[in-house]
Amino acid sequence: MSIKLVFDVAITGLIMGGIYALIAMGLNLQYGVARVLNVSHGEFVMVGAFITYFAHQIFGINPLLSLIICGPILFIIGLFTYRTLFQYLRRSSESLDVFEGRSMLASFGLLYVIQNIALLWWGPNVKAYAYLSYPIRFLGLTFEANRLVALLFTLVMILVFYLFVVYSKVGKAIRAAAQNEKSAQLLGINVPAVLGFCFGLGTLLAGVAGSIVSMMQEITPLMGFPYLIIAMIVLVLGGAGNILGSLFGGLILGGVTTVVMYVEPGLSLVVSYVIFALILLFRPEGVLGR
Amino acid sequence: MPPYTPLAVTSILMYVVLTVSWAMFCGPTRYMSLATATFFGVGMYTSAVLGERLPFPLVVVCGSLVSFSIGLLTGFICLRLRGFYFAIFTFGLNELVRNSVLWWEARVAHTVGRWLVLIDSMTIYYYMLAIVSLTVFVAFLIRRSRYGLILYSIGEAEEAAAHIGINVTRYRIFFFALSCLFMGMAGAVMATKWAYIDPRIAFNPVLNFTPVLMALFGGVGNIFGPILGAGVLTLASEVLLSRFPYYYMLLYGMLFIVIISFLPDGLVGLTRRWRKDRLIPQAGS
Repeated sequence: MSIKLVFDVAITGLIMGGIYALIAMGLNLQYGVARVLNVSHGEFVMVGAFITYFAHQIFGINPLLSLIICGPILFIIGLFTYRTLFQYLRRSSESLDVFEGRSMLASFGLLYVIQNIALLWWGPNVKAYAYLSYPIRFLGLTFEANRLVALLFTLVMILVFYLFVVYSKVGKAIRAAAQNEKSAQLLGINVPAVLGFCFGLGTLLAGVAGSIVSMMQEITPLMGFPYLIIAMIVLVLGGAGNILGSLFGGLILGGVTTVVMYVEPGLSLVVSYVIFALILLFRPEGVLGR
Repeated sequence: MPPYTPLAVTSILMYVVLTVSWAMFCGPTRYMSLATATFFGVGMYTSAVLGERLPFPLVVVCGSLVSFSIGLLTGFICLRLRGFYFAIFTFGLNELVRNSVLWWEARVAHTVGRWLVLIDSMTIYYYMLAIVSLTVFVAFLIRRSRYGLILYSIGEAEEAAAHIGINVTRYRIFFFALSCLFMGMAGAVMATKWAYIDPRIAFNPVLNFTPVLMALFGGVGNIFGPILGAGVLTLASEVLLSRFPYYYMLLYGMLFIVIISFLPDGLVGLTRRWRKDRLIPQAGS
């Protein structure tokens, strides 16, 4: 158990945890507020990764800079999707339960549409780019620069988002709409606009996470699904509707899966599911649920 | 008859079994189970493991029994869950089983894919025909009996049903497991058609959602709805597959979205609306 191993696990755990937190917060915004269980969420992660890849390969744009491009593009895509598809479904459903079921199934169709457009347009081959992959010496140990930078940016994004949700007016509007839509409307919050905004914000977070992932891993049009599964586990772990719960849940799950990955790689997903099942059975409102 | 015909029809029969058995429990009770692929896959793996040792009919029976048992276990575990949580639990269950089987096959059995004893396509066709008939017959019997009413009452108002003395627990577990039994039976037979299975093929997530879509497309309040939905959609997807081999999945996804958006009550619902006959509410309304 060398110091290097401990640091490796800690840093990887933090990075993965941060990425899971970002993706899960996105899904939580979409389900907890807009009430859409967006099964295609993982595909937006993939789209973010590919946008960053192409920005780097074709235009030579620094991947960290492309976070600024990626975010708004994905926000617009998400907003557009909500306005065209999910808002229509919501208005034409008799009850919220019906809407939840239909929107989940519709998002499954969306998953296939996005994934196959990506497969047809960009090809099924694995792609990767090298960015800052030189080693850095820190405290007498070597790490890859891109992982440290990814860690830094993930934590910065999470901090920014946390401050936004907790302290800004829009953030408070979002939390109000998540808690009780009718009361939020009574307070003068434009709830339909907030729902659309949240959905877009959710895809933005997915895209940004994908961007960061692309710096460290290979990308392929099929990479999204596993991230969706993890996001759903974190969603349940932190409590649906509790954005901050997803933040901490993501970090915790990231840590746990990284540790398991070092011990017995094939079991990391299995462990995640077992945690998932246990939470669902014994505390479905989430460990930090409302 | 061109050799493709029994293959195509067998495919349709498979989807009919999956859709009818999904709708058997999930239609009246309005629980959305997204674990169809799990029980189908269990049947497939039972067939792969036992196929060389036992005669085929016995393999099919074993497949259905193993699926039934796991269905009982799942139903028992899920008792506390409703609605959204039930749906995502079953969704996650598929992934759990898939990854566990993958790990087991890699670490313990050292063989990630499995080959199956080949059976000629006409035999497979007859088996599937028998299974479809059995499934539809059982679904019909259930719907016409007091058990059908019990399931509907669970769907309408579970607490009220429990209060008037219906043993909701027992019926939930049993009928969920019964629907899984038919899925496993179909899986045991279809494995021999596909000849090679691995966890990704056997527990394919698409197979979780497709029967749900087909049931909703056809309309869930009626015995013919799922059959119609499965038949029409499978035929449509076979046509799409042969005409547009590259765009097939894309068109399929779009079809999904269109159906969900514009056909909330399914095909049967169209005629029902036209006949103004809505005695039994549809699932999801």
